[in-house]
Amino acid sequence: MIRVLTKEFNSFLNSLIAYVVIGVFLTGMGLLMWVFPETSVLDYGYADMDTLFSLGPYVFIFLIPAITMRSFAEERKSGTMELLLTKPLTDWDIILGKFLACFLLVLFALLPTVIYYFSVSALGNPAGNIDTPGVIGSYVGLALLAGVFCSIGIVASSITSNQIVAFILAAFLCFIVFSGFESMSTLNVWSANALLIKQLGILYHYEALSKGLIDSRDVIYFISVGALMLLISKIILSARSW
Amino acid sequence: MSLVVKNLLKQYGSQNAVNAISFRVEAGEIVGFLGPNGAGKSTTMKIATGYVPPTSGEVSVAGFDVTTHPLEVKKITGYLPEHNPLYTDMYVHEYLGFVGRLYGIHGKALKSRVQEMVELCGLTIEQNKKIETLSKGYRQRVGLAQALIHNPKVLILDEPTTGLDPNQILEIRSLIKSISKNKTVIFSTHIMQEVSALCDRVIVINKGELVADDSLSNLMKLQGKSISLVVEFEGVVDDHELGKISGVNNVVKLDHSKFRVYVNEGADVRPEIFRYAADRKLSLLGLKQEEGSLENIFRELTAKQEA
Repeated sequence: MIRVLTKEFNSFLNSLIAYVVIGVFLTGMGLLMWVFPETSVLDYGYADMDTLFSLGPYVFIFLIPAITMRSFAEERKSGTMELLLTKPLTDWDIILGKFLACFLLVLFALLPTVIYYFSVSALGNPAGNIDTPGVIGSYVGLALLAGVFCSIGIVASSITSNQIVAFILAAFLCFIVFSGFESMSTLNVWSANALLIKQLGILYHYEALSKGLIDSRDVIYFISVGALMLLISKIILSARSW
Repeated sequence: MSLVVKNLLKQYGSQNAVNAISFRVEAGEIVGFLGPNGAGKSTTMKIATGYVPPTSGEVSVAGFDVTTHPLEVKKITGYLPEHNPLYTDMYVHEYLGFVGRLYGIHGKALKSRVQEMVELCGLTIEQNKKIETLSKGYRQRVGLAQALIHNPKVLILDEPTTGLDPNQILEIRSLIKSISKNKTVIFSTHIMQEVSALCDRVIVINKGELVADDSLSNLMKLQGKSISLVVEFEGVVDDHELGKISGVNNVVKLDHSKFRVYVNEGADVRPEIFRYAADRKLSLLGLKQEEGSLENIFRELTAKQEA
């Protein structure tokens, strides 16, 4: 697994992907956090990081599928899948290696935003007046969400040999799982089941985490969705339907 | 380390790509895998390397079943796929190192092994290049190097010499020959000379069926029954008269003065034909014996089922 992870990560670094992903994410978030008046912390006047945590998921909806789309689709297209599958690796080695490489890259993109925490904290009045547990909870939530998005991207990539199809499918699925259930629950047909529908989506659990209370139920939700997605890709890969 | 294929069946939809094939290859043998395009050669190899699951039947390598113990099989098998897929954005050393690490070779051992492979496969000049900049022949060598890096006991090569120039073909061939000691080698090809240059044994499949599994000399003997002569005279000759020569089985007219003469087994009619020409004061322009060539054997074996 480590071998596949290293190889995948190296190929991110050797191609432009890693730099573009990290650069675009940080530039985008930086502009939203500090420059654009509508979302800027400076204009907002409250020392919190809501901008990052409420808009971050939407940036991820586009960014993460772009990272994951090549993982299996490209290997299938170029035939290197045959190479990988005839080496002494289990299907899980390959899936987890690719998943973790993508996840790691997203975490690396997220890491520098920790600086925002210190900036916002210093800007508070009095300085240091920031909801630290809330920020930690939100970071945990955002990281878990990134993990789920990566696993969705891996599934989308494993079912097709076309990277564009993989990208669109992954972005769509990420969107549905993130806020689709929430929006669906507002339909006037569920009556008492509306909360259940809402709980199926990421947004419900993400918001719960961002309050600063790291509830094991929410964490388990994220891990189960991620695991389920990886399991689906394992089933697809094991079928060897080519 | 033997490779045993038993009643192997692979269906794609309603089509049988491989239809109940059974054969075994013993350690130290080099076996040529022949058949027309689409005969099921690549499919059989893909199943043997664990890339494609069989519909039914079993393949075992050194006693390990491919479907139940894929890791054990993959560890001792080196495989060069037909289209030789490579990570083209990697450097030669990087790629060989990556593959070596997948087989659990580390540190100094890996470094020396990669160097050894580079030299063995004649990649020394190109070793510091990216794979995407290499020509087809050199890519093929990289493919071969990655198949050999862990010193596999079983080597499966799917058309290792396609797309190479004649010099490269000879080099790759001698490379296969030199590394094949104590290994089980099975390779597919369309080139008959390759088979006679390398193989101890030939397995011919056609439309998913096994049509021959024998040593080369046996197959030659089989074909030897129908040795033919191509005879050319100056002037017009009656083919019926030629047919009367003892030992001649059949005469086919190729031209007004050129004939293909099929000979009974064991008979040598060349002196008779010469005398025939001398008696009639005809000039004999050509007398060529055509022995059963591998091409003919191949054609005969693979044409059988169409008839």
